[in-house]
Amino acid sequence: MASADDLHDFPEFDAENLNLLAASSREATAISIENPNNKPKKQRRVTGATQKEDDDDLLGNGDSDKTELLVGQKKSAPFWTFEYYQTFFDVDTNQVLDRIKGSIVPWPGKNFVRLYIRSNPDLYGPFWICATLVFAIAISGNISKFLAHFGKPSKHYVPEFHKVTIAATAIYSYAWLVPLALWGFLLWRNTKVMNIVSYSFLEIVCVYGYSLFVYIPAAVLWIIPNEPVRWISIVVAMCLSGSVLVLTFWPAVRDDHHRIAIATMSTIVAFHVLLAVGCKEYFFDAQDTTQTPETVASLTGNKTLPTAKAS
Amino acid sequence: MAEADESNKPLFAGLADVSISEDIPVEGQITVPVGPPAQDDEYSTLDEPVKDTILRDLKAVGKKFVHVMYPKKSSALLRDWDLWGPLLLCVTLALMLQGGAADKKDDGGPQFAEVFVIIWFGSVVITLNSKLLGGTISFFQSLCVLGYCILPLTVAMIICRLVLLGGTGTVSFIVRLIMVVASFSWSTFASTAFLADSQPPNRKALVVYPIFLFYFVIGWMVLTFSPSPTAGP
Repeated sequence: MASADDLHDFPEFDAENLNLLAASSREATAISIENPNNKPKKQRRVTGATQKEDDDDLLGNGDSDKTELLVGQKKSAPFWTFEYYQTFFDVDTNQVLDRIKGSIVPWPGKNFVRLYIRSNPDLYGPFWICATLVFAIAISGNISKFLAHFGKPSKHYVPEFHKVTIAATAIYSYAWLVPLALWGFLLWRNTKVMNIVSYSFLEIVCVYGYSLFVYIPAAVLWIIPNEPVRWISIVVAMCLSGSVLVLTFWPAVRDDHHRIAIATMSTIVAFHVLLAVGCKEYFFDAQDTTQTPETVASLTGNKTLPTAKAS
Repeated sequence: MAEADESNKPLFAGLADVSISEDIPVEGQITVPVGPPAQDDEYSTLDEPVKDTILRDLKAVGKKFVHVMYPKKSSALLRDWDLWGPLLLCVTLALMLQGGAADKKDDGGPQFAEVFVIIWFGSVVITLNSKLLGGTISFFQSLCVLGYCILPLTVAMIICRLVLLGGTGTVSFIVRLIMVVASFSWSTFASTAFLADSQPPNRKALVVYPIFLFYFVIGWMVLTFSPSPTAGP
């Protein structure tokens, strides 16, 4: 690289050209610095060695090298091309299945983002899990209402289609706005406290999307018109996915003030609980279940009357 | 050659006086191949009777219906895609799902616009999904296939309405359930037969699942259709 001193040898360079060349050589020096996006990730990797060893073991040293190299090359397409968005769908079937499995089973040492997402966040999982959940809740709510009024000729069965739009709004805003708020909050705290772990927005969306998967079987179980069964299934689902969320985000906030860390964790859990309980209460009316034993009794005769009286 | 240049240069302004020097032999043959005038050029489709135009398009649509009902890996559906068939099917299905009486306040069935939006928006989302996952099919080909494969569900809807004319008891429900399940699996199988080849092999399940969900939702709408009660307030 030519420095400004060499230019004095050439008499034809006047001051103007000298300045221009110096400026361009400064720019050239700027370009030689590596991609700044790689910096925080490299920091994470270097300081990761000082953390517990199970993190390193789980990452697998060879793979982490490869992923670091690939990160810089991955999202190089400008955002107005189709290829840019294709990078968010760069997953195979078995990868998606692995991520779903990882979201159901919270392992105390393993971090969902580190283990499964590994700098390859995808939008396929979150989008289609949310879509499935929307339709699962709407259809299950419909079926449970139908079963609750089964045998009563007075109540005309209507498929309540407007509930689909309400469910879609609620679930998609949870899956996108809460990660946005959390990401903004973590970014803000990152400026105050030097956190070791920082997640990108897409990784947070990924975690939230996959954590909603466990509610799909729970929504199917809610068809059963038994109130204790519904509450048990909702509590189990909330515990599983809530613990995955907590385990994922605890490394990101544990270096913060104790109170702020606890407050963040409880807010995450609170929103999760709110979504589940809200969906259950709105789409599955509790009073249907208390009426069912009487309906069954009226249909099947005297045999079930004692049980209805007892309950 | 120089003479030609000399004669050409000053005469360039007025091309009428261009002359070729006699030293340069110019020979050859100039013939314009005039074949018989092609019938299509003379006979544009503007001149044909309207019946022919409509019948030609209807025949194309009908041929594709046959391809859907007996799905084998033929590329006819993909090659000559058109969106008339999907539009016809979508409008028919949406109209038939309007069963409730207009004066019923709590008619919770899907409105015409809702059915329309679900079918078209759902098809667009599935097509985008398969393209983003690396599929090689074109946008409109995929829309065409997804739209045509609604045909079994439309047939099921017609049969369900006929069954519902006979009553709304458990028997009719079971019959309708069997019909809808059969046609929904037929639709999914047919569209997968057409679309599966254009996907990368390790992502086939990722592409098939949204198609399954799409036809499941449409099947659900067909199954839960209940006509307005004939008597009552």
